[in-house]
Amino acid sequence: MTQPNFHEARWNEPILMELGSPGERGILPPLAERRVRERVGTADALVPEGLKRKRAPALPEISQMQLLRHYLRLSQETIGADLNVDIGLGTCTMKYNPKVHERFVRDPKFAELHPCQDEDTLQGILQIIYDTGEYLKAISGMDAFCLTPAGGSQAIYANVAVIKAYHQSRGEGDVRDEIVTTILSHPANPGAAATLGYKVITLYPGPDGTPDLEALRAAIGPHTAGLLITNPEDTGIYNERITEFVSLVHSVGGLCAYDQANANGVFGIARAREAGFDLCHFNLHKSFSSPHGCQGPAAGAQGVRAFLEPFLPVPRVTFDGKKYHLKTDEPLSVGYLRKFMGVPAVVLRAYAYIRSLGPDGLKEAAELSILNNNYLIEKLLRIPGLDMPWAPGKRRMEQARFSWKGLADDTGVTTDDIDRRVVDYGYQSYFASHHPRIIPEPFTPEPVETYSKADIDAYAETLAAIADEARTQPEIVKTAPHNAALAHRIDESALTDPDRLVTTWRAWKKLGKR
Amino acid sequence: MPEKTRVCPYMPNSVPAVKAAMLNELGLSSVDEIYKSIIPDHLLFKGRLALPEAIESEAELCGHMSGLLRRNTSCDEAISFLGAGCYHHHVPALCDEIAGRAEFLTAYCGDTYSDHGKMQAIFEYASQMGELLDADVVSYTTYDGGQAVCSSLRMALRLGAPDRTELLVPETMDPQILSQARTYCASAGAIVTVKAAANGRMDLGDLRAKLSGKTAAVFLENPSYLGFLEEAPQTISQCAHEAGALCIVKPEVASLGVLESPMNYGADIVCGEIQPLGMHVQLGGGCGGFIACAQDKKLIEQLPTYLYGLCPTGDPHSFGCGRALNWRCSHGSRENANEYFGTESGLWAITAGVYLASLGPQGMKELGETIMQRTAYAIQLLSAVPGARVHPFGGAVFQEFIVCYDDAGMSVAQVNKALLARGIFGGLDLSGDFPQYGQSALFAVTETTTAAHIEALAAALNDILGGECA
Repeated sequence: MTQPNFHEARWNEPILMELGSPGERGILPPLAERRVRERVGTADALVPEGLKRKRAPALPEISQMQLLRHYLRLSQETIGADLNVDIGLGTCTMKYNPKVHERFVRDPKFAELHPCQDEDTLQGILQIIYDTGEYLKAISGMDAFCLTPAGGSQAIYANVAVIKAYHQSRGEGDVRDEIVTTILSHPANPGAAATLGYKVITLYPGPDGTPDLEALRAAIGPHTAGLLITNPEDTGIYNERITEFVSLVHSVGGLCAYDQANANGVFGIARAREAGFDLCHFNLHKSFSSPHGCQGPAAGAQGVRAFLEPFLPVPRVTFDGKKYHLKTDEPLSVGYLRKFMGVPAVVLRAYAYIRSLGPDGLKEAAELSILNNNYLIEKLLRIPGLDMPWAPGKRRMEQARFSWKGLADDTGVTTDDIDRRVVDYGYQSYFASHHPRIIPEPFTPEPVETYSKADIDAYAETLAAIADEARTQPEIVKTAPHNAALAHRIDESALTDPDRLVTTWRAWKKLGKR
Repeated sequence: MPEKTRVCPYMPNSVPAVKAAMLNELGLSSVDEIYKSIIPDHLLFKGRLALPEAIESEAELCGHMSGLLRRNTSCDEAISFLGAGCYHHHVPALCDEIAGRAEFLTAYCGDTYSDHGKMQAIFEYASQMGELLDADVVSYTTYDGGQAVCSSLRMALRLGAPDRTELLVPETMDPQILSQARTYCASAGAIVTVKAAANGRMDLGDLRAKLSGKTAAVFLENPSYLGFLEEAPQTISQCAHEAGALCIVKPEVASLGVLESPMNYGADIVCGEIQPLGMHVQLGGGCGGFIACAQDKKLIEQLPTYLYGLCPTGDPHSFGCGRALNWRCSHGSRENANEYFGTESGLWAITAGVYLASLGPQGMKELGETIMQRTAYAIQLLSAVPGARVHPFGGAVFQEFIVCYDDAGMSVAQVNKALLARGIFGGLDLSGDFPQYGQSALFAVTETTTAAHIEALAAALNDILGGECA
């Protein structure tokens, strides 16, 4: 049995606000030149009386070395994907992020570009953005791309906004007030639809694990604005009848958007176009490899068929055969999603990724992600108490959702216990499922193509070892983690009671006094 | 068949022998047997993706990328006066060091136990923003300052529902954020612009005329997008409160070492942009937003993003963090959530924390002072340029001001081309978004803009606008 022989750094770092001492400085900003001061006088005289800051902000006062040390210690108490086998974080596509891409992002020729610069000074980066859009057209079969969404969820929002603008342009904006999605779709699908004012209808899976087609038939009609659907969903089960879903929605005048946040299993294998979709989106930080940065900055790419292009967000990068331009005057556009051009650093990395893999490399990535997943499934299903609900015997695409219900019934050890216990073995927390957990005690690994056979074997062995612990010494799992940065479990009730919420150190101090 | 030696360095299992061994364990001979068994034939893509051939070696990829990036001219290679919501500040080396740490750079949504350090770093970001803003509650970072404004406006609409459906905003506000907000708020309310007085500030008469029982919030930028400061913002917040509406204010974070936080002149919600706090401009990609408010349950429950909460543990000297009140977010309750929500800009929260701790209270004060003094210097020097009407609004500014070229009979586009030829990125052309101000440009000055830069700009404008007078 694999023994945990890992211990995360445990520095018990004080909260930064408690470090340093009055008068210490971390960095010195420049002061105005003497000739400037002589000409304009003191800054104090330039500030209107009513706007003068009365009390200095109680920020830390700490020297540079001590500040660096604090943050390095906190970094050691964080298990980034570079440091572990991050197979457990399914749906997130935690593939390797090539270090060379960070060189491009840090190059001042990119990092110090201002978004309002003259187009003539941005031709290189505009070409990168434009070409990335062209590549995504080939990968998806869609006709036009917008790369300004600042994350996958914002790309979903952009798709809903385009659906809305399209129906409004046809005078049907008020009538078509319903969006259909599925319970296993990412929560931003219903979330974005509701944000834009839609009633949301949610389909549940049938016995084969794919959304119920008959439920869709019953749900749609003249009020349907669109369908937001994922294939495969987090279960990894490919919906073989996807074209019937799309055709049904089209038959009542609705549009269909394909959530391809995770497209890692379909590069060169299946495309949104062939399935008949009107819109799709990719999470560029996932399938196209950008570091996830403690949850962003990320980027989404929104793809549409030609008839929806006029509604895409601005700005759009265009090419006239000689020069690249930023186009903002699009009368039917849904407008800006985010200031400027989204998150070009992620587009830049996606460009480099596509260029380094090429058409065959991308397809190989998809094939290996499928192979790795089915190989992992084979290993995991040998663990007593771990099952893969729905569609038994059917192969999965690039990820799969499992259930620890059998183990939990036998031992009382839950998926949340195991999720904490994996940390003791040097793994990042895993992804159970979005809410609601319609599969009990869920667990969703995604062994992307950058993990080796040995990585996958070791991961599977670790889960088997923990399952074994659950049967032989369950307390060690239930009381986990033992080797993490935090030596004690938190009082979770402080996270659910609005009266005890503390998001700042000043609030903590006040709460103590209350 | 020759042995495959050009194996992609990012795909260990593409080694033929390894792949074969894995397939063998599955009783298969090729991967397509898997997907052809589950994807109907008519959905399979039969062609080869129409993409350029792979650039296999890292060396050649570097050559290719630098060839493209070389075609850009960056702010480091010019004298830049561009701002408009994204600022070329100095980024402390410590910010780059921490933002580049693999642990932070490549972590994702790990939680309390695997990522205690990340959780603490984000809590410390919020804690420092709380001090800067004088606010007890600070959210996880949003996509950008515009998203923070949009969500703040929706918070007000939810709190005012069902009667209060109007949002009053200044007509001088950031036009991109206004565009974001129009789409974002359309299903819940209407955005109504309040006229600007001759000095650019919000026309109080128009504000009072438009305030009613239907007003959910009055929104204010201070400094405004056009640089000037609302010098009596409490009048505006009082007007809002008297009408039963909320007051939402977007300050400029780099100003808050010298300028008062809007929390202290009547703001109920403070929101804005954190890019100035240690993020490179990155073509606008360095943006991230914040939302802050008082420890008021009514407001807290309307926040749509993650909140990182500090929790006690079994040890009185140790704390942990977790994500709090998740039912507010779409991750917790899908369409019943306040708003949708996703992966936004966490790394920038950590980086901004490093920045604020580096500068400290004295550094933030000096930063604000230097910017104010150099901006005043720029206004004075440029005011002497014939043909340039500089800061026609008058009064106090922070960091930005407009210059109108109407008197010189030149367009901003013409002036900017001439400036670019002299290695200067002139102010942003406002003539499209604000035609009422003629051919005006928005100039920004930061602590990286030196007196020499400003003098070079004045000399160039002298040359371009009034060559014969110079």
